[in-house]
Amino acid sequence: MSLVRFLNVAKEYPRGGVALSHVSFQLGRGEFAFLTGPSGSGKSTILKLIYMAEQPTAGDVWVNKLSIKEARPRDIAKLRRHLGIVFQDFRLLEDRTAEQNVAFALEVTGTPRDAIMPKVGRVLTQVGLAAKGTAYPRELSGGEQQRVAIARALVNDPFLLIADEPTGNLDERATRGIFQLLRDINASGTAVFMATHDLDLIRRTNHRTLELNHGRIVYDSSEPSMDERGAPQASSVGQPPASPLNAGGVA
Amino acid sequence: MMALREALTAFRRAPLLTTLGVVTIAFSLFAFGLFGLVALNIRDALQKVEERVEIRAFVADGTPVEAASAAMGDIHAFPEVASVVYVSPEDALVQARKELGEFSDVFEPGVLPASIDIKLKPGHRDPATVEAVANRVRAYDFVDDVRYGEDWVAKLYRLRTIATLVGTGLGLAFAAVAVIIIGATIRIMVLARAREISIMRLVGATNGFIRMPFLLEGFLQGVLGGLCALGLTWATQEAISRNFLQTNFFDARLATLGVLSGAVIGLLGSAFAVGRHLRQL
Repeated sequence: MSLVRFLNVAKEYPRGGVALSHVSFQLGRGEFAFLTGPSGSGKSTILKLIYMAEQPTAGDVWVNKLSIKEARPRDIAKLRRHLGIVFQDFRLLEDRTAEQNVAFALEVTGTPRDAIMPKVGRVLTQVGLAAKGTAYPRELSGGEQQRVAIARALVNDPFLLIADEPTGNLDERATRGIFQLLRDINASGTAVFMATHDLDLIRRTNHRTLELNHGRIVYDSSEPSMDERGAPQASSVGQPPASPLNAGGVA
Repeated sequence: MMALREALTAFRRAPLLTTLGVVTIAFSLFAFGLFGLVALNIRDALQKVEERVEIRAFVADGTPVEAASAAMGDIHAFPEVASVVYVSPEDALVQARKELGEFSDVFEPGVLPASIDIKLKPGHRDPATVEAVANRVRAYDFVDDVRYGEDWVAKLYRLRTIATLVGTGLGLAFAAVAVIIIGATIRIMVLARAREISIMRLVGATNGFIRMPFLLEGFLQGVLGGLCALGLTWATQEAISRNFLQTNFFDARLATLGVLSGAVIGLLGSAFAVGRHLRQL
């Protein structure tokens, strides 16, 4: 049973041209998958469609059986309570401590007050920031801020963690730490879908990889036959059809 | 409960922005309040002059008191009439001498005729009604003449109409300016918290949940701004009354209405600004 399903999805912006066309794929429960491709290839659009911040121009997207075409605002709000979303720029509230930032995700979803702090403490421990709960974002390093953002994404026990370039602003050491954290989270049963430019990161693991170019999926490591079918896609990216692990040409 | 806590937290977290909102509402309503004060006092002054509109029917010499009394009963029953008073020649002389002061000896006893003085109810003091009542009174045989100051009644009525029109126009303009300024301020406050709103949405808060603290905040700011405006207007009125001119202040009903209008503007301004912001996200 797939957790996320894209079927012939297209997305065009009124002034931004075609962002996605004929995108179809599925993501299973508990899976870890990378989404890669050059800037402007449509990675963020796919993630936005998963958390239903955008509507497709054609096709359909299902997340946990909820169709994006039938979802009402209230359904989308409920869905997001089961998704963790992490961004490159952390998106923390600067005037709140790490604890308060994490607690915020519980408060706005109506969690009883006495249940909030134990949960916050648990996730801050999980991300290795138990001792920095009272620190403000400006007092934390980039890696630590991203850990707070991940803790906030985890606190509602999501079935899927969506990470949009989570290591894009981090140095090598912090990147390794965040990536290991995401793998640990995945090991505990949460599916992780991570958009990244970092090919080294992808090469170091054997997780499923989807590659986008010009709004189309040109490579999916879970479909070995795609290499054989890849001739037309190869011309669209100007390189031999191959996994990004050896393509080397992805920006 | 969470919404109220968030609204109060917003006051604490952004005191400058919150104060800006309250001050903007206060000064916008203060300007409106000052205008209201001027309009109120002009209305009161015109009302006082209007109360002096009366029809005086001069009674012919030798008219039996019974005939005059019966007519007065009839006139009092007119729906437009508030009061009817019989003024004997002696009373008329006393009144004239009082009004003329140092020239009081101009009138000799017996010169002035008796009269029936008729006052009209509020709302029936326009020139057409006054003339109509005067004509009906003139129809009595014993009435020699009827006077009601045709010219100044018409002028007074015109002045009142102009004052009402200008007052309403200016009032609406002041109110519109207040609403626009307050709306813009609230929009700035919403934009300042755009990041917070976008995060709220990402973690699954419903639009209603996001909106509620803003509405409460707008309402509270409106009430505070309204109270400040009321205080400022009162202080100004007191200063004017003590130093320049005795003026009237709003009654409790109008004062409450002023504060409530601040609350409503704050609430609607917030609802509009947040709604617009949520639609754009």
